[in-house]
Amino acid sequence: MAVCIAVIAKENYPLYIRSTPTENELKFHYMVHTSLDVVDEKISAMGKALVDQRELYLGLLYPTEDYKVYGYVTNSKVKFVMVVDSSNTALRDNEIRSMFRKLHNSYTDVMCNPFYNPGDRIQSRWALLPVSASSPGPLITW
Amino acid sequence: MSPTQWDLPVELCCRPMAFVTLTGLDVVYNAVHRAVWDAFCANRRADRVPISFKVLPGDHEYPKCRPKRTSYEWYIPKGILKTGWMNKHLNLVPALVVVFYELDWDEPQWKEKQSECATRVEIVRQSLQGRNTKVAVVLIQKKTPLPPGEDVIASERAAALCNACELSGKSLFVLPHTDHLVGYIIRLENAFYEHAQTYYYTEIRRVKSHKEFLNKTTHQLLFVRHQFKIAFFSELKQDTQNALKNYRTAYNLVHELRAHETNILEIKTMAGFINYKICRLCFQHNTPLDAIAQFRKHIDLCKKKTGSAELSFEHAAWMSKQFQAFGDLFDEAIKLGLTAIQTQNPGFYYQQAAYYAQERKQLAKSLCNHEASVMYPNPDPLETQTGVLDFYGQRSWRQGILSFDLSDPEKEKVGVLAIQLKERNVAHSEVIITLLSNAVAQFKKYKCPRMKSHLMVQMGEEYYYAKDYTKALKLLDYVMCDYRSEGWWTLLTSILTTALKCSYLMAQLKDYITYSLELLGRASTLKDDQKSRIEKNLINVLMNESPDPEPDCDIFAVKTAQKLWADRISLAGSNIFTIGAQDFVPFVQCKAKFHAPSFHVDVPVEFDIYLKADCPHPIRFSKLCVSFNNQEYNQFCVIEEASKANEVLENLTQGKMCLVPGKTRKLLFKFVAKTEDVGKKIEITSVDLALGNETGRCVVLNWQGGGGDAASSQEALQAARSFKRRPKLPDNEVHWDSIIIQASTMIISRVPNISVHLRHEPPALTNEMYCLVVTVQSHEKTQIRDVKLTAGLKPGQDANLTQKTHVTLHGTELCDESYPALLTDIPVGDLHPGEQLEKMLYVRCGTVGSRMFLVYVSYLINTTTEGKEIVCKCHKDETVTIETVFPFDVAVKFVSTKFEHLERVYADIPFLLMTDLLSASPWALTIVSSELQLAPSMTTVDQLESQVDNVVLQTGESASECFCLRCPSLGNVEGGVATGHYIISWKRTSAMENVPVIRTVITLPHVIVENIPLHVNADLPSFGRVRESLPVKYHLQNKTDFVQDVEISVEPSDAFMFSGLKQIRLRILPGTEQEMLYNFYPLMAGYQQLPSLNINLLRFPNFTNQLLRRFIPTSIFVKPQGRLMDDTSIAAA
Repeated sequence: MAVCIAVIAKENYPLYIRSTPTENELKFHYMVHTSLDVVDEKISAMGKALVDQRELYLGLLYPTEDYKVYGYVTNSKVKFVMVVDSSNTALRDNEIRSMFRKLHNSYTDVMCNPFYNPGDRIQSRWALLPVSASSPGPLITW
Repeated sequence: MSPTQWDLPVELCCRPMAFVTLTGLDVVYNAVHRAVWDAFCANRRADRVPISFKVLPGDHEYPKCRPKRTSYEWYIPKGILKTGWMNKHLNLVPALVVVFYELDWDEPQWKEKQSECATRVEIVRQSLQGRNTKVAVVLIQKKTPLPPGEDVIASERAAALCNACELSGKSLFVLPHTDHLVGYIIRLENAFYEHAQTYYYTEIRRVKSHKEFLNKTTHQLLFVRHQFKIAFFSELKQDTQNALKNYRTAYNLVHELRAHETNILEIKTMAGFINYKICRLCFQHNTPLDAIAQFRKHIDLCKKKTGSAELSFEHAAWMSKQFQAFGDLFDEAIKLGLTAIQTQNPGFYYQQAAYYAQERKQLAKSLCNHEASVMYPNPDPLETQTGVLDFYGQRSWRQGILSFDLSDPEKEKVGVLAIQLKERNVAHSEVIITLLSNAVAQFKKYKCPRMKSHLMVQMGEEYYYAKDYTKALKLLDYVMCDYRSEGWWTLLTSILTTALKCSYLMAQLKDYITYSLELLGRASTLKDDQKSRIEKNLINVLMNESPDPEPDCDIFAVKTAQKLWADRISLAGSNIFTIGAQDFVPFVQCKAKFHAPSFHVDVPVEFDIYLKADCPHPIRFSKLCVSFNNQEYNQFCVIEEASKANEVLENLTQGKMCLVPGKTRKLLFKFVAKTEDVGKKIEITSVDLALGNETGRCVVLNWQGGGGDAASSQEALQAARSFKRRPKLPDNEVHWDSIIIQASTMIISRVPNISVHLRHEPPALTNEMYCLVVTVQSHEKTQIRDVKLTAGLKPGQDANLTQKTHVTLHGTELCDESYPALLTDIPVGDLHPGEQLEKMLYVRCGTVGSRMFLVYVSYLINTTTEGKEIVCKCHKDETVTIETVFPFDVAVKFVSTKFEHLERVYADIPFLLMTDLLSASPWALTIVSSELQLAPSMTTVDQLESQVDNVVLQTGESASECFCLRCPSLGNVEGGVATGHYIISWKRTSAMENVPVIRTVITLPHVIVENIPLHVNADLPSFGRVRESLPVKYHLQNKTDFVQDVEISVEPSDAFMFSGLKQIRLRILPGTEQEMLYNFYPLMAGYQQLPSLNINLLRFPNFTNQLLRRFIPTSIFVKPQGRLMDDTSIAAA
């Protein structure tokens, strides 16, 4: 369960941001945007160290009082950012990883859509969520 | 209560140091005492022991010690920690009192002085009654002391003095006032430090001893208090490890206390204090992770302890302070060498502190919104008798009351009201901004540009709430471009909305217009109704009217703003604003596109300006002008309509000057380029679009180059990537995305209407005058003037080619080095329509290889375009690549007179030089003549006549010559002897008579000349006949200056009988010749081996028969016998 998911283009503009409707959307936009600082830093460190390039999961980007922000970067430098409620201790690293993998799969599906032009903002609010989630709820679940 | 009640007390934040007081020093009037005091105070660096010194008079009254409690049974504590306690032990109760006294060991009035000193010590002791404070005496002496043990009087008197003062020997010190004062002082203070440590040790023991009397029910507070005291004394003792341990225990005890609304503040205050101490010590011990973990634990434990709902802003304030204090500690540790990282730096704590400060502001706003008529209670419930609280974290109106029930609800209500009213006066925004700017500074340091921008936005918004619009605007404007460049439109829109409010409230025209332009644009995520409102306001502003106020603005601020706007209207002055579009995303987009990447000078230059508006309603513009790099064209590209101000509102969608939202408008411009600009680039430097008009207010949107704003490059990239099919539009409309900016074009010369032909016979032959016939024919309708021809080697090729290529118009003479490689601007005259002219060019190529030749014909012609007469310069060029080859190959060889190949020639002995000239030219060559120019070292044997005169060689044919030469003896020449030159004069067979003959000089190879001692040549007929005598005469010539002994023998051969000397030994005199005559008688027909002549020179063993064979024939053809014999044989058959 995440309170916000975001897909960021290689050039760092948002392709898709969706957050729980109960909260201030702008706050999550800012949170995702600021997390790119850490993502950028991690990516550049990755380039330097030439660590296992296939590891796409960046881990916890930074904690705030109320939320935890996780990151993931694809090989084409598209970034996924997920914001999770800090109080939700049930979410372990493994769950986060699998959520990112699902998100990556959904994103791949969007990319496979012949009517989608890579780099365009993803217009459909539900594009990256599974069918079961397509009713407006407080939290984003897979 | 002061507004800074949340600040941690100074005595908590300082580093506790042992407190030692110095008495008996007169630092004002006594220079020696002054020097001693200065030595204690000055240069207290880290290497000195941590003591805080204070000079006090000898009779100073120290705080009274309360009588010792014998039992805790009936004692009920009133609070956790007294507010004065820390200060008392830091600055009031010393660990050691030092009595300074001037006394030398040889003092004559020793007795009196001794008793005076004892009195002084006694006074100090009196004042410290009941305390464990140590006392020490320092004798200031004028003389340098003798080494210990030597001064008998000194040790006696020292013992006596100790006795009189009731001091142990360890507490008596001597301070000789000599040169090494600082050294003595350092030794002294080390000794003081030991005493102080002993004092604090006993204090810790004393506090610990209370523990056993306590019980868990009534003395819970004391557990915390005592633990805190132990920890604090440990710190004073500089035992930080134990201090940390005790603080941790104290922290746990604090949270074990029963919490209730009435004491929650006290618990939190103490927890905050202890947490601060723990974190501070962890950083000091270089275990920052422990500090962070402790702080997290602290926050998690205290976050929910909000306390009274009416005073919930207090909790937020306290939380904010906790984060700020931790940030300060973290930052301080970094300054002392700790390294922080991007994801763990003080910035996060300042940021969180700022959030709590914001929360505090919000809570205060909702809780403290009392009517103006509510008066501050009198008497002030927050006042105490002493002006301070007795215990940390208690309410002033119920100090020391431990009951959880509110004994006096009325009093409580008044107290809460007082706090709320006080809170109303707090400058929250100031607090928030300070915290945010602290955080900004940190994030800047730790490479978090986006976090920094976000915090700056918050600062800007806070300034907006604080009504400091100038600062707000400055900050917002600064970060806007970051969000714009990264394409975060939602965030940009939010910032712009605030910025628009600020600019409205300050009536900043230009800013107001700029933000409006962008909020109406495609980067704005505002809803259409908002956009409509903004557009309406923008039109109002352009018509020199006031806009409607922005929503959610402070009512009073709006009133002020409306006045400002009214002033703006009446204010005459510059009302034209130019705004550069490249820095933001305005609602009008512009693209300029030349119809072609180049235009001929005789056709008009055409380009389109495409405009598209993204605002919700149509908008008129008053002027559009285009600027070029050559400003002379600007005047042709202006659209202007004298529209009256009131027309702007009218919905003239059909009008040319009106932009309909979403529709692309195309405006065609046309001008005639100047002939001077041929070959130059015409560039659109800017496009200016004026909205509004000059009588009202006017905004000039300025696009640099051919349009495009802050977002368009990314959009163009996306459009280029897209393979989406665009729906078909009516003919006169285009898709905005499909328009590609083309902001420059080349002006090129008029298309020539002449033909240039080249006629020649490739390849060229080296050094020949290669003929290139240029034919120019005019196809123009009118006469062309000033026809000029430029021909020759095309520039830009290998520099060596330029030196080895020569061009001339005159083929009758050979050209030399002085001729150029390129003939420029040869005037050819005028040509009438259809007329043709021919020009011959001769090219001489000195080296083989391919060359590019350029033939360039230029002329002038008069034409008319768009009713303008212009003189056009046209040109046409042709290039041709010509290969140059050697006309022929010359091979030279030396052979003996027997036509045998010679490696070397022998002095004075004739040999043959054979030349072989093989034609490599695809065209027939005529060898006009050849000539052999011999070097002086060579002589000819017979006439040197050319044998190949006027020979015509086809491709692959060869012509050979043979010359008989002799080389006189020269002695030994290194590297051989020059032979001379072979000169061939030739031309193409097809060449005309007047074409000069080319002389090709070939340097003949050097030849090695060798002397031989004996030369033998034979005189013999060219053939023999079976059974017919064959006379052979050998001539033996001595070529040396010696008499030669020669052994000659002739070996018989099967094919011959012979007569003559078969073996002989003879002498040949220098320079003479000996003849040997033999008569050979052939026995067999065919090519037969002659009887071989063997010569052996006794002086020259190197002279071998092999060498000999070179000069004399070894075989001869023998014909069969005559016909007579043949007849008989036939008959026999």
